Amino acid sequence: MKIVVLVKHVPDATADRRFTDDNTTDRVGVDGILSELDEYAVEEALSIAERGDAEVVVLTMGPAQAADALRKGLQMGADAAVHVVDDALHGSDAIATSLVLADAIEKSGDVDLVLTGMASTDGTMGVVPAMLSERLGLPHIGAVRELTVGDGTVTARRDGDVASETVQARLPAIVSVTDQINEPRYPSFKGIMAAKKKPFQTWSLDDLGVDADQVGLSAAWSVVTEVTKRPPRSAGEIVDDDGNGGARLAEFLAERKFV
Amino acid sequence: MTEVLVLVDHADGTVRKTTTELLTIARRIGDAAAVFVGSGYESAKDTLGRYGATKVYIADAAELDEYVIAPKAQVLATVASSAAPAAVLITSSLDGKEIAGRLAVKLGSGLVTDATDVTAELTTEQSAFAGAYTVRSRITHGTPVITVKPNAVTPEPAPATPVEEKLEIQLPESATRARIVERQPRAATGRPDLAEAEIVVAGGRGTAGDFGPVEELADVLGAAVGASRAAVDSGWYPHAYQIGQTGKTVSPQLYVAAGISGAIQHRAGMQTSKTIVAVNKDREAPIFAMADFGVVGDLHTVLPLATEEIKKREG
Repeated sequence: MKIVVLVKHVPDATADRRFTDDNTTDRVGVDGILSELDEYAVEEALSIAERGDAEVVVLTMGPAQAADALRKGLQMGADAAVHVVDDALHGSDAIATSLVLADAIEKSGDVDLVLTGMASTDGTMGVVPAMLSERLGLPHIGAVRELTVGDGTVTARRDGDVASETVQARLPAIVSVTDQINEPRYPSFKGIMAAKKKPFQTWSLDDLGVDADQVGLSAAWSVVTEVTKRPPRSAGEIVDDDGNGGARLAEFLAERKFV
Repeated sequence: MTEVLVLVDHADGTVRKTTTELLTIARRIGDAAAVFVGSGYESAKDTLGRYGATKVYIADAAELDEYVIAPKAQVLATVASSAAPAAVLITSSLDGKEIAGRLAVKLGSGLVTDATDVTAELTTEQSAFAGAYTVRSRITHGTPVITVKPNAVTPEPAPATPVEEKLEIQLPESATRARIVERQPRAATGRPDLAEAEIVVAGGRGTAGDFGPVEELADVLGAAVGASRAAVDSGWYPHAYQIGQTGKTVSPQLYVAAGISGAIQHRAGMQTSKTIVAVNKDREAPIFAMADFGVVGDLHTVLPLATEEIKKREG
């Protein structure tokens, strides 16, 4: 069985995230990390592999430094990594991202299961897995908090908007998982050392047979016209609870017409 | 005028407030046309008309309820290809965003998610990087597909009598590959839906597992209850109520954070709240830096007193 885990290198949420002059996310000037929500997908793949026999490949699309996210995946225990990197990809929208990732998944060959996090922590759209499902003609189950794989089938418990649902699909399938599904492991020292020797492939758009005109900022189907930094919220009145804090709180809510 | 499609967000015909918000936005752009998928249309009818739907497309085959997401995208794509709408509006929720992603690929259209506003000219506004930035965008290709966050606008009634059009949808095999084998509707709490609520009272680590004071204040305010990730991870409150980066994003008129320190991951889920009130024992908690009003104290004494005081005021 072959599992491909899609991961993303994102600006660290605790750093000063910002946009560049062309209104795209600054991915170079801000410290990046493996998107926290992707760690759950990597962990799920590794635990499936430990229970049975599976090869786990981490796959990303992103600039040169995105290789760090793949390295983290390898350190956690993935078997191999694929980095789709090409200058023409800069500024790609979700539509183009799904196009490239779909081709990369197909090129990986004989993939049984594609695992992803529920969304990236930078763009937070959470649409790429559903787009891949359309493009590859594979079933997708999103918002999954429990997953069972066996006999060519996935059974997943998903937390939908208004209900919790058990959903079944035949493999190959795409599953995106929430942070409720497991507790991601930390890379061990042994894992960190072993990662250095694991297969690490780099693919360009040419390797995938994707036309550079179909991707990147100029091919995006939406355009950011304006980015404005919001003034930080300023603190209002902070009072000490001298036994009267509850009453002061009620008074504030009354002043603001909430009661 | 051109139609603007609104996917009706409903549970067995009970229309959620977000749909009335989308209909209100749709009327800025063109004629609001609702797309109803699933069972229960008769219960939805009045609400859709009251908020200005001049047309309703109805796909109510029982089969549609057996599969997640894909049928809704299929129905929208079918309507969009014949009605040539100015845009398709969908609620920005987990399910809504999955539907939108599929639809954008089917239609070959640009997509914007999590819009906090949409103008008559289809310029969208979004909040980025945990509320630190406001981003304006335009979709430049295909039929714009836009998901809009709850509470983006105040729903405005505009009574209309919708023309109904029944759809016969043939689901392609590809839309039936993920089948629902069991479904448990989320237990009703008697409180407003978290994402839609005007007021949210949320508890964190400081509750030490006791959400009683949080729920009592919420009930006297008619508010929804939320929880921080720390509280959810500790097993004190269900994940469905988690607010933050890995949970729900809320944008209420009033947000009361009780015993929540306000880490960036939490702020990402509530930063766009209009008024923020914090109660925390730790004076240094980052939540105070963004609060319009704060009490440094123990929520277990402050909240019950506030609840009592509010009850007195409201007689």
